[in-house]
Amino acid sequence: MAEQTVKKIATREGYGEALRELGAEYPQLVVLDADLAASTKTAVFGKAYPDRHIDCGIAEANMMGVAAGLSLSGMIPFVSSFAMFAAGRAFEQVRNSIGYPHLNVKIGATHAGVTVGEDGASHQCNEDIALMRTIPGMVVMCPSDYVEAKAAVRAAIEHDGPVYIRFGRAAVSVINDHPSYHFEIGKGTIVRPGADVTIVATGICVDSAMGAAKLLEADGIQAEVVNICTIKPLDEQLIVESARKTGKVVTVEEHSVIGGLGSAVCDCLCANLPTPVKKLGMQDVFGTSGPATELVHKYGLDAEGVYKSVKEFL
Amino acid sequence: MLNLELKKRANDIRKGIIEGTHSAKAGHPGGSLSAADVFAFLYFEELHVDSAKPDWEDRDRFVLSKGHTAPGLYAALAHKGFFPVEDLKTLRKLGSYLQGHPDLHIPGVDMASGSLGQGISAAAGMALGAKMKQKDYRVYTLLGDGEIEEGQVWEAAMFAGFRKLDNLCVIVDNNNLQIDGPIDQVCSPYPIDKKFEAFNFHVINADAHDFDSLRAAFAEARATKGMPTCIVIKSIKGKGVSYMENNADWHGKAPNDAEYEIAMADLDKIEKELAEEANK
Repeated sequence: MAEQTVKKIATREGYGEALRELGAEYPQLVVLDADLAASTKTAVFGKAYPDRHIDCGIAEANMMGVAAGLSLSGMIPFVSSFAMFAAGRAFEQVRNSIGYPHLNVKIGATHAGVTVGEDGASHQCNEDIALMRTIPGMVVMCPSDYVEAKAAVRAAIEHDGPVYIRFGRAAVSVINDHPSYHFEIGKGTIVRPGADVTIVATGICVDSAMGAAKLLEADGIQAEVVNICTIKPLDEQLIVESARKTGKVVTVEEHSVIGGLGSAVCDCLCANLPTPVKKLGMQDVFGTSGPATELVHKYGLDAEGVYKSVKEFL
Repeated sequence: MLNLELKKRANDIRKGIIEGTHSAKAGHPGGSLSAADVFAFLYFEELHVDSAKPDWEDRDRFVLSKGHTAPGLYAALAHKGFFPVEDLKTLRKLGSYLQGHPDLHIPGVDMASGSLGQGISAAAGMALGAKMKQKDYRVYTLLGDGEIEEGQVWEAAMFAGFRKLDNLCVIVDNNNLQIDGPIDQVCSPYPIDKKFEAFNFHVINADAHDFDSLRAAFAEARATKGMPTCIVIKSIKGKGVSYMENNADWHGKAPNDAEYEIAMADLDKIEKELAEEANK
């Protein structure tokens, strides 16, 4: 398929669309936002179901508690804000008012990672996966494209318990639009088989990993690309099997290399099959303002950057 | 319920607080004791709850936003029949279900709480949930006066006032003491009533240790439509135990064996007086 014909759409668009679809099936679905409904795409739901769209204003801490209370009233709340505020500012509310009582609250956090772009470091959340993973019982997902975003939202509503889903602002290639696509919480997928190196990626970096794999193929290197949408619980079996086959693992995420996918993969391999791992992501630095594509390039998270890092590692 | 009976219940709750914290060698007796009368009023007169059906869908909800006063809540729940009174002695012990702060696994507890400022948001969510599900249960939440220094309290107050959650009743236990001292010397949240008024609450000032005052306040709250109610109850921290009254040192400290004896003697004396009053 020629590059220019690949459809590009942001994962947050899939979030809004999935909520709208689920609104008809689940009368107990209620969506909360904190003055960002147009950006998080919950406005799509709000337009269809205005009585079940609660704008809490710019007050994320309270919003998390309100969601907890709604959940205890038998509703299924999806709570939205930018990842910085949902996972960052309101961390302790998510931990104590949602995680500790293990309530059926879903957090849809958009504008995660550096692809927030021009807004800069203050709004580029590279820490949310790390924060959310530490909460016992919390499911953490990061969909790779529009199709997976919709599937993850549906899986989240069908799951009983707290779920954190991370969405991006920027348009990304649709890579899962095929009939055999199947989504299950906790299951990763091999999107490209290979025997020389494993590239484990999450979110928008799955597309970069696929691009890198193509470039590596030209050099005679067969990379196996593993898409990990559910970072917690991690598909340990898939990762261990792939690592056993290739012997070398590279992780790619639009997130700090501390505490995110890379750390989760290392935790898994340390315990099960010690394997050399190179973690690509934000290398303990804050982001900066700029267009999303240029930032992804600057931090080595585009196909070319991943390709170069894999070559260095091998 | 007759005031005399409520006074007995409140004294039982106070004894439960002392039993629990003494046994645990930890916990928060001061703020539990200041709220003992309101716990008694809520569980023995105001709340529609059924200890045989803790998860009854149409029950009134109570969220102890000042979760550190769990010993008082647990004593009220035990005396209401949600679990055995003798279990109060297992408070905070390894393996006990009576956690240091309210936990959802405890029969009768409607929300985990204890991290200050968070309970009121959950209560607002429950009140909104009742409206959305067209249920007519009411939601009550008890906050400390020090607790309202938390910014989240005012996020929640703005939300509840704006959403006109008239099924929500916020109670502020105004005992004037927080850990570091008098609240007006630490970081004063006064005037409490005017602040809640500004957030579109109907505000009632009441005496925390006078059941007629509490009864009138809660009746007024129930009759208030179109806005949430805040009842500021003026209380005495440590109320009922001579050496704990108005002493911030007893915010988060348990009585030792000798102090336990004095406290129980104080409460036995009150119990005796109430019995004499009943016989008149």
